[in-house]
Amino acid sequence: MNPRATLATTRRVLGQLRNDPRTIALLLVAPCMLITLFKYVFQNSPAVFDRVGLPMLGIFPMVTMFMVTVVAMVRERTSGTLERLLTTPLSKLDLLLGYALAFGLVALVQASVASALALGLLGLDVQAGVGVVLLVAVVNALLGVGLGLFLSAFAQSEFQAVQFMPAVLLPQLLLCGLLTPRDRMPGWLSAISDVLPLSYGVDALVNAGITPGVTSTLVSDIGIVIGCVVAALALGAATLRRRTA
Amino acid sequence: MADNAVEVRSLVVDRGGRPVLRGLDFAVPTGSITGLLGPNGSGKTTLMRCLVGVQRTVSGEVTVLGLPAGSAPLRSRVGYVTQAPSVYGDLSVRDNARYFAALAGVPASGIDPMLTAVGLADHADSLVRNLSGGQRSRASLACALLGEPELLVLDEPTVGLDPLVRRDLWQLFADLAGRGTTLLVSSHVMDEARRCERIVLLREGRLVADDSPDAIRARTGTYDMDEAFLRLVEEEAVAS
Repeated sequence: MNPRATLATTRRVLGQLRNDPRTIALLLVAPCMLITLFKYVFQNSPAVFDRVGLPMLGIFPMVTMFMVTVVAMVRERTSGTLERLLTTPLSKLDLLLGYALAFGLVALVQASVASALALGLLGLDVQAGVGVVLLVAVVNALLGVGLGLFLSAFAQSEFQAVQFMPAVLLPQLLLCGLLTPRDRMPGWLSAISDVLPLSYGVDALVNAGITPGVTSTLVSDIGIVIGCVVAALALGAATLRRRTA
Repeated sequence: MADNAVEVRSLVVDRGGRPVLRGLDFAVPTGSITGLLGPNGSGKTTLMRCLVGVQRTVSGEVTVLGLPAGSAPLRSRVGYVTQAPSVYGDLSVRDNARYFAALAGVPASGIDPMLTAVGLADHADSLVRNLSGGQRSRASLACALLGEPELLVLDEPTVGLDPLVRRDLWQLFADLAGRGTTLLVSSHVMDEARRCERIVLLREGRLVADDSPDAIRARTGTYDMDEAFLRLVEEEAVAS
């Protein structure tokens, strides 16, 4: 591992994003728009917004960073830049960490803007403090980056990559406890839910909303998501083959 | 054998279930420009991929700068330019160069002179996606040259370029070779072969000729390189 190569990669990825202001605007504005919609769609049942608002702050970063990563990586694979990078001294780990750092930073900005809106203007309450919300949001974003890096190996085109969104993310959204508490699902579904990483990210935020301070549940939830991030990055590294047929 | 930057012995490569290289032996002398010529599908790109260590091989030995091809220490000593320009379209030429300079571990001060050398000084701040095809491939070339590699593997670097730019690039290649860099340049423009010290001609994964341009002309009895190429290929086709 070489910090110079990692940081150069982070800088390059952020530079690509900087030249794409429309994507930046969408990354920042879309979560704000959706969370505002949620607030007013459930105006007459504020308890619903109180329950789902906070988890949404953790779900946006995961979904958007997954999409951004999977498309960016499919581009690297199909345009020949990945093959070229693998002939340079850049190590696979540097490449993955460079991406994770870049999109983790973007997620931090995105989550800060969305949290400022949700906690400030929309009146969402969080007992554990906004720092915990941002931490969970960034960890969830890294989960999206890790899954995106891994799954990009299975898409031959950007078209296919975009189809991973419904195939991989929607089941996690349905099962993560956002729509129905997980203990009220049929046993086999809650068992599936137990092994999906997003369930723990959402759990952590639900907890942060109602319990002040850093609880052991919070720590173990975040720990599980971090473990999944590491696993996804390792799987992603395994898909970066230097020699191909 | 330190006189050879590249040595290939009995190399066999299959791609998609078909044999592409069928027991190839060849060498590239250090500090020379070697032209790798051959019809489409003759295995030029596959051979280059073997040298930079991204091609899975069936059997045979590939030694580059005294080490097995693709080994980690070679990654800073070998530069590779793919046929399709592999640079980031959504970055400027300079930002691309800055990234590849950082990966190679060389100072950014070398970027501007390099962009001048490939004739892109006026486009340093343009996004690569807004450049013409020829400019794009020169941007890709500049990124490979930055690390001052000892061996440059260039896959059709001059394809689609106008004669003026082509002449300048060949001059640049000659300068690099003069400073001790070894270049392996593939092309299907036979006319370019006369600028190489040696020519390796591939056909259907086999070596058809490995000689100086003059010797090849003498052997085929023609001055025109295109004609010489055709005669060699036909000669080989009759023999096999």
